[in-house]
Parts: sequence; C-alpha cells; structure tokens
Amino acid sequence: MSRPILEVSGLTMRFGGLLAVNNVGLTVNEKQVVSMIGPNGAGKTTVFNCLTGFYQPTAGRIVLDGEEIQGLPGHKIAHKGVVRTFQNVRLFKEMTAVENLLVAQHRHLNTNFFAGLLKTPGFRRSEREAMEFAHHWLERVNLMECANRPAGTLAYGQQRRLEIARCMMTRPRILMLDEPAAGLNPRETEDLKALIAMLRDDHNVTVLLIEHDMKLVMSISDHIVVINQGCPLADGTPDEIRGNPDVIKAYLGEA
Amino acid sequence: MTRNLKTAFFSALLVLAVSYPVLGLKLTTVGIGLQVQGASPATLWTIASAAVLMFFWQLFRERIGAAWASAPKAPAMPGNVKNFLTLQSTQRWAVLALVLLALAWPFFGSRGAVDIATLILIYVMLGLGLNIVVGLAGLLDLGYVGFYAVGAYSYALLSHYYGFGFWTCLPIAGLMAAFFGFILGFPVLRLRGDYLAIVTLGFGEIIRILLRNMTELTGGPNGISNIDKPTLFGLDFNRRAEEGFQTFHEFFGIAYNSTHKVIFLYLVALLLVLITLFVINRLLRMPIGRAWEALREDEIACRALGLNPTAIKLSAFTLGACFAGFAGSFFAARQGLVTPESFTFIESAIILAIVVLGGMGSQLGVILAAIVMILLPELAREFNEYRMLMFGALMVLMMIWRPQGLLPMQRPHLELRQ
Repeated sequence: MSRPILEVSGLTMRFGGLLAVNNVGLTVNEKQVVSMIGPNGAGKTTVFNCLTGFYQPTAGRIVLDGEEIQGLPGHKIAHKGVVRTFQNVRLFKEMTAVENLLVAQHRHLNTNFFAGLLKTPGFRRSEREAMEFAHHWLERVNLMECANRPAGTLAYGQQRRLEIARCMMTRPRILMLDEPAAGLNPRETEDLKALIAMLRDDHNVTVLLIEHDMKLVMSISDHIVVINQGCPLADGTPDEIRGNPDVIKAYLGEA
Repeated sequence: MTRNLKTAFFSALLVLAVSYPVLGLKLTTVGIGLQVQGASPATLWTIASAAVLMFFWQLFRERIGAAWASAPKAPAMPGNVKNFLTLQSTQRWAVLALVLLALAWPFFGSRGAVDIATLILIYVMLGLGLNIVVGLAGLLDLGYVGFYAVGAYSYALLSHYYGFGFWTCLPIAGLMAAFFGFILGFPVLRLRGDYLAIVTLGFGEIIRILLRNMTELTGGPNGISNIDKPTLFGLDFNRRAEEGFQTFHEFFGIAYNSTHKVIFLYLVALLLVLITLFVINRLLRMPIGRAWEALREDEIACRALGLNPTAIKLSAFTLGACFAGFAGSFFAARQGLVTPESFTFIESAIILAIVVLGGMGSQLGVILAAIVMILLPELAREFNEYRMLMFGALMVLMMIWRPQGLLPMQRPHLELRQ
C-alpha cells in the first residue's frame, strides 16, 4: 500500500449564499489515478480550484505530503508540485509548442538578468537543457512535427496533449486534469488513457482526474470519488462505484 | 433606388443643417452687442454644392463603388512580400541599415537636422522602453512619462545641488526611475486592462504635479536650468572651459565649432539607443522575455504553472521605467532645462502612439513610428493650424489600413532542431 500524498478534509467553499462545495474529504495515494466524477455543476472544478490555490477555501484542510497548503497562492502550490490543466485548453496560443514548454520550465532555468544579457556558458547550458527536456516530452506526446508551430494552430487533440506535456515540464508530483477527454474522438481518448497510465507508471506522477467519459474513468482509475451538489456521495474502487445505488440514482434519476 | 433616394435626401439635409449654422452665420461685435450676419455668397454656394454633392454621392454610392472595384488597380503587395517585411531576420537587417545610416547622418545633415534626429532618438528609446510594458507584457501604461520625468529630474537635481556629471547620473537616473516603476508596480498588480491604464495615468500626473509644487526643491513651474551637458571623458564642448578643465577643441587643437556639441549629443543618444536595442533583443530571448509574453497571453495558465505573475509584472514595469529614466536624464542634459510642462499627459500619449503605430512588440516598427511621429509635425510646420489635424488623420488612416501597426512583430521563435 502506497502512502497518501494528498489528504483533504472538510473542504468547504461558499460563494455568498451558495454552498458550492460542502465538507468534501479526499485521500490520494502516491502513484495512483484518482478520478472525481459527478453530474454537471456538482462542484468538481471548484474542488480543483481550491486545491490549486485559485480559490481560497472557506474551510477545510489540504495536506500535501505532510504540509498544509490551503490558502497559499496558486503559483506557490504549483512550486510544491501540484499542477493542473483546464477544462477549456489554456495554451499560450501565439507562442510555438516548444516555447509553451520552455515557459513552463521558467522556475528551473537560469533567470539571472546579467547571465542572459551576456549569454554566459551557464545560461547557454540551462537553455540547452530546457530545450532537450522539451524535446523529450514532445516526443513522448507525439507532437514532434508541430514543435515549431504556434500552439493556437494545433488540432484540438494535439492542444490537449501539449497542455499535459507543458504540465510535465514543471516536474510535478500531482497532476490534476480537468476533463482531459472532452472533445476528443474515441481514438484520441485511447491515446490519452495510455498517456495517463504512462505518467503514473513511468514517471511516478499521481493523477487526479475530473472526467465525464465513464469508460475512461472506469478503466484507468485506482480510486473514484463521487460528488453530487457539492457534497461527497460515494468513494471507492471502480467496481464499488459501479454497483453503488446512490451513484446510479444521482446520475440517472429515480427509476 | 428609392431607399437610396431617401438616404441621400436626408444626408444632404444633414450637411445643410450642420454646416449652415457653423459656417453660414457669422457673429460680429457691434459696439458692445453681438450681431448675426450672413456669410459671403461664396461660402453659401460652397455649402449648397457640398449638400448637392452629398446627395448624388449617397444616391449613386453603390454604383460608384462597383465601378471603382472593376477599375484596374495598382498591383497589390503580394502576400509573401508582406510576410517577408515582418520576418525577424529582415527586420534585423533593416535595423542594421538604419544604424549605419544613423551613424553617417551627423556628418552630412545640417545642424537642425541633427538636432531633430537627436529628439527622434530620445523617442525611440522611450518607445522601446514602453514596448516592454505594453507590447510584450501587455500592461497598458498611460503614465510612462512619469518615469521619464523622474529620470530627467534625477539628473537635474543631482547636477544642480551636487554638481554631478552626466555619466555619473545616467545610471542613477535609470535606477531612480526603475525604483519608481517598482513602487508603482505594487498597487497595480491586481489591476488589469482599463483599470491599470487609469491608475498609471494618475501616477504620471501625480509625479508632474509633485514636481510642480515642490517649489523649494525643484524650482516649481520654472524648473531647473543650466544643467551641464555631457562631456567626452572630461572634455566639454563649450567655447571656454571652467577653471582646471579642458575643452574638446583645445584638446584636439581645432577651431571651436558649436556643431561639435550637437553632433556629440546626437552620438550619445545613438549609443544609448543601441544599448537599449541590444538589451531588449537579449531580453526577448531570455526566460523573462518569454514569461512576459506568456503572461500577456494567459495569466491564469501562468499561475497554474508556477510562474509568479506579480514578480513578472513588476520586472516588466521596472525595466520599462529604467529605460525611461535613461531617456529622461539624456533629455535633461540636451535641453539644459527641465520644467514640469515637458512631462504632460500628451507626451505619454505620443509614446504610446509610437508603440501602437509601430506595431506592438516590434522594434523596427517602434523606430519607424518614432521617426514618423516626430518628423511629421516638424515637416508640416508650414501648415501650422492644420498640423494636428493632419496628425490625427494619419493616425486614423493607419488604424484603418494597418491595424497591427506599421511593421507588426513576428516573434523570434525558438526553433527545435529535429
């Protein structure tokens, strides 16, 4: 049994009178794929936004590897190794695919002003390594032929893959994917599944997933959390969730 | 046709309704009272013919448009030529050619021409600096002239009170302006777009009004005069040197010529512009330059990737302001006089216009736009009161024909070698 890397308890998010997330708890073990499912408007993305520091949760504790991170600003949480993608792809559209990957490595680069001005050997090396790392991941997600094209001109499925590669540039511990299969065709979804499995198995990344494609969720998840109207509804392995009467009711309505 | 007739009729009526009261009636003072008089028959005839012309134009507009479209046209600029002009490598050669021309300029141009060229160079420097903030980082700054003022007054005050020379004060002025940029950065970090523009506008005005009202220190509206000119390794360009100093013409044993000073100032400005160009060119290829552009594209994605938007915005503001500081201290040295009136909002607007006209983010564009913006009012002096009208018309036409600016930038894309 691997140890828990992310523990969330009592997470609550209130927007004025609206209780968007109510007392959600969640435990994510290392090197697992954990999915969060629920009907539209259940508050899944709000949970993501709380976890990644885009919202300040009203209450609750978020513990990453023994360290409380609730209330930290988004970029600090990203520094700690929690990065995310977005429901609607957010690439830097005017920049090329490879530049998108370089920007994401910003924190690992030589950002000394004078080193860059004088092109010191250290600066050149750091840039070259960044380029090689980007190259490596472009190959991994099969985007080598579009490396020098502006990201906005890529096909939708390619943009999705590029966004995941861009997250990997930050050397994350937890990767949070918000509906990565939305808008993909069945073949691309298969590729995505293989990619997620590879991230978990070869790169030791823990993946937290929001997804509506049940086939994908059921086949790849180690653990599933169901949220309905902001409240936790069920929690368990894919098989347990599949047979859970509450979940079926929430999704399909009363029989 | 009937629909056109109606439009045409009302258009003509509108011409009459607007132009008759404005142009056709004249107020003249008779004793202490005012009297309304009709204008000369010529004016009335002009108004009438304008109305008739408008009537027919509206009536046959579609046909005229069709005829115009079918008329043979001048060959349009082919797409690949356009593309070629905005390419990074082409622009680099063009910049090089411009620099060579600029180096040769003072030895051929007249004294006045060199003086105007110096002024253009100051605006090139300002445009390049603002380009970092507006063009690259995408933060609309309407108070850029404030940093220019800080730079100018830094040198003026240090020179006036402590007798520091230009070359000592140049870096200090840059640092002071950068410091003010940093200070301004803090309150505006949370703001975007229009709100940011308003706050920076206010900041620019605050600096100007402060300079105007701190009379004991800055001399108030009179400003500070008799600021020293730059020297060449301690040699100054006056006719007679102060006690214990030597002048340029004495040192080289040539006759005194006042043009030497003008040419020297021009070359100093050119040097500063070249340094600015070099630094910005490097910045574009550095991680921070990429981060500025990423921030302009999508701030939320930046945050999600662990880039600190605050730090990135601050660095853009600070560096942009720093270049304004350099330009400011040079301006003070060239004029020999600084007053708050040199740093009004219109200056900010002109610098911003240079950046926008030139094409956001494009260095060659900024240079060309600075030349156009400063040279045009000078050349158009003989049209005196119509000068600003022409200026405005040019900007409107530019925005219609080339909304991306004279020479929009194609970014220096990093190529991945396969």
